[in-house]
Amino acid sequence: MDKKNNHDYLSAIQERFGSEVLAHEESFGMLNVELTPSKIHDAIAWLQADQELSVNYLTNIAGVHYPEALGREFAVVYQLHSWKNNIRLRIKGYLPKENLHIASITDLFDGANWMERETYDFFGIQFDGHPDLRRILNMDDMDYFPMRKEYVLEDATREDKDDRFFGRNNIEQ
Amino acid sequence: MSQETKETILSPDPANIATINFGPTHPSTHGIFQNILKVDGEKIISSEQTVGYIHRAFEKLAERRPYNQITPITDRLNYCSSPINNIGWEMTVEKLLGVEIPKRVQYMRVIIMELARIADHLICNSVIGVDAGALTSFFYPFSEREKIYELYEELSGARLTTNMGRIGGFERDFNPVFHQKLQSFLKTFPKAFEEFDSMLARNRIFMDRTKGAGPISAERALSYSFSGPNLRATGVDYDVRLMNPYSSYEDFDFIVPVGVNGDTYDRFMVRQEEIRQSLRIIEQAYKNLPEGDYKADLPDFYLPPKAEVYNNMEALIYHFKIIMGETELPVGEVYHAVEGGNGELGYYLISDGGRTPYRLQFRRPCFIYYQAYPEMIKGMPISDAVLTLSSINVIAGELDA
Repeated sequence: MDKKNNHDYLSAIQERFGSEVLAHEESFGMLNVELTPSKIHDAIAWLQADQELSVNYLTNIAGVHYPEALGREFAVVYQLHSWKNNIRLRIKGYLPKENLHIASITDLFDGANWMERETYDFFGIQFDGHPDLRRILNMDDMDYFPMRKEYVLEDATREDKDDRFFGRNNIEQ
Repeated sequence: MSQETKETILSPDPANIATINFGPTHPSTHGIFQNILKVDGEKIISSEQTVGYIHRAFEKLAERRPYNQITPITDRLNYCSSPINNIGWEMTVEKLLGVEIPKRVQYMRVIIMELARIADHLICNSVIGVDAGALTSFFYPFSEREKIYELYEELSGARLTTNMGRIGGFERDFNPVFHQKLQSFLKTFPKAFEEFDSMLARNRIFMDRTKGAGPISAERALSYSFSGPNLRATGVDYDVRLMNPYSSYEDFDFIVPVGVNGDTYDRFMVRQEEIRQSLRIIEQAYKNLPEGDYKADLPDFYLPPKAEVYNNMEALIYHFKIIMGETELPVGEVYHAVEGGNGELGYYLISDGGRTPYRLQFRRPCFIYYQAYPEMIKGMPISDAVLTLSSINVIAGELDA
């Protein structure tokens, strides 16, 4: 039995979701597929149910904040793994900061429960349909989402640790 | 506990239900996390977890630290097996940089990582013994773990939070003391370990206490994204070392033990067998340890020795460039996973070319499988919940990051 490769996965996803596939690339051997956020739940459900693709394992869910990217400030990244073909792939959805809603995948993977709570806790992304979307690692009465880029770690008056010293000369704060 | 008792969870009469706190600080949580249990007599009806008591914002911290300064953060994830975390992180950066690592370094890393796995599993299994009432069997393996810590000390100077290795290899080579201590460890450990094993593995009391305590089916475990020994105890043979071999694991002959019922006893037995397999891997790696350098040729990341910095212009320049972060870094997204003490420990690194990660996420196996705990202990007596908690080996540092 031949194992499927990244290319097979990409063409299967493209065939199924057509114009919903907004971008794709391969980075360090791992397939990245950007989908319309509203289709991500369906896509993961389909990848999981498909006998050939057999994406059976949810590795993790990550939030990312890109404050400069207008209209797509927040990314939700799902890392999935197919043991049958030993393929890892990333499904990404970009959300505008005004509307941080995406469908929860807790009905597909029970393990998504805390992963989504963590993503909510740090980035404020609302997972619709999540049974219990509360903060998890931070205090319940915290009133901001600490992993967003506007919350800097150091005292804002410090000058020895601003972005210039981290190799990012072009970013205006 | 038998299936029958599990099914006879009394129909809850509100007058009989008590709410008790198991944690945050309780001797048998072995860490700081709270479980609010609703119990009817001894039986747990439901439980609610609170985690995050030692959350230290590692992911946020990592966004302001150069790559080499993130290694000490990883120490504090699963602090029972810090070297695996350290080396996993270093390999993630090396993957981003596209560095080729000498065979000797890979074998050295395998030896260290398997020693760490032995130390991790020894603690977990002896603590299961403690929670089942066997304190003596806790002290026997501790003298063995001590020897592993001495080995860490020879190689890194530290014992618990090891900060082992550097991006590109190790800070120093195995020294003669290390060789001598490792050889004596390989000679004496199997006997001491089998003695420990003989105290618990076929012990009637221990078996009665652990069999059927906190079981989970393979199907449920997969849905919860379990990994590591807890998943293997349910009968699924997923191991990152085999699925995506890193650091030359493909060179070694070892088996992946699996359990059947996914209960506390199976988790214990899987870990016991993994210790034996780890020992086999160490023996193979040590016997075939290749000659060569203990570090890759990576002047942009690997600090030159101090003596050279003071006497050699090139070395001084590189030292300065590394400390001041003048090195160009590739842009990209990397995910690298290693088989940690508790399962798939992954690093998801997004680099924008800056000196620090743009985003770094740790896939912490503890955090992911601990959410299944209420399901595993439902209908169990509290004493079984204690055993289940120690046997899934929740490490607060890894749980809360």
